[in-house]
Amino acid sequence: MKAEDDLLAAVDTIPRDEDGPAFSEPWEAQAFAMAVCLNARGLFTWNEWAKTLGAVINADDGRTPARDYYLLWLTALERIVCEESELAAQDLARRKHAWAEAAARTPHGKAVELPAR
Amino acid sequence: MAEKPKDHDHSHLSDTELRVRALESLLTEKGYIDPAALDEIVETYETRIGPRNGAQVVAAAWTDPDYLTRLREDATAAIAELGFTGRQGEHMRIVENAPDTHNMVVCTLCSCYPWSVLGLPPVWYKSPAYRSRAVSEPRAVLAEFGVELPADKRIRVWDSTAEVRYLVIPERPAGTDGWDRDALAQLVTRDSMIGTGLALDPGELGG
Repeated sequence: MKAEDDLLAAVDTIPRDEDGPAFSEPWEAQAFAMAVCLNARGLFTWNEWAKTLGAVINADDGRTPARDYYLLWLTALERIVCEESELAAQDLARRKHAWAEAAARTPHGKAVELPAR
Repeated sequence: MAEKPKDHDHSHLSDTELRVRALESLLTEKGYIDPAALDEIVETYETRIGPRNGAQVVAAAWTDPDYLTRLREDATAAIAELGFTGRQGEHMRIVENAPDTHNMVVCTLCSCYPWSVLGLPPVWYKSPAYRSRAVSEPRAVLAEFGVELPADKRIRVWDSTAEVRYLVIPERPAGTDGWDRDALAQLVTRDSMIGTGLALDPGELGG
């Protein structure tokens, strides 16, 4: 079964040539750049990053299609930030909720901003 | 807590975008990242870094034996001579194709990639299928990329790590004697530097 799945996935994900955009959505570039920045600042080594990302990818076991690779990247980023910085998972959850509320009260087309605190 | 909005006339952020904003705003507030530096990185990788950098390295290796020697001895330093340096301090190594050997590069762990010379990795490089099959059946993967190699040509697969990134030096195409570096660089495709392609023949150059 597994081998067949891999073959099917290969047909889908190995195009003959594809010079498409480096990022398919802006948030992917942001997530990418955050990891590069945090590494440059010394929060983690690139080796630690590769291990964390590798663990997330392994645990996912191919369920996430290649085009959604940066979802795994983001999950790894959240994990390593919670491990290496003073931030905890509940800080991220709380802030995410705040952003959702801000988006809900922002008229369409306006930039979403958090209220000043 | 806010009640569920009843209309759809508000801005929408996907769950993923909310996660990214949460991270970015908290990390900025705590002083871990600088939004301006983030923007600069995004722009660098989107526009300034790309496979053209790697093509310059390959063209130099084809035309300058002394440069090739330096590349073999210390690829990181030789590539830096041309102004291309990585941000992760990764160690670069070249692997040279030859009449009897073809090299291809994969990262089985995640998707380590020589960003400083090739830009951001293509989608397929990050796919689970490529990561596993490049190792288990490289010849079949190459065939899917349209690369048919003689049966007696050896294929070596190099597994990148956080510390070592490989750049394939493809074979110089026949019929390019006397070409200068810029002309040669046009024959060097991104895939030929990953090993899932070959350098173009002069006749394949468009226009």
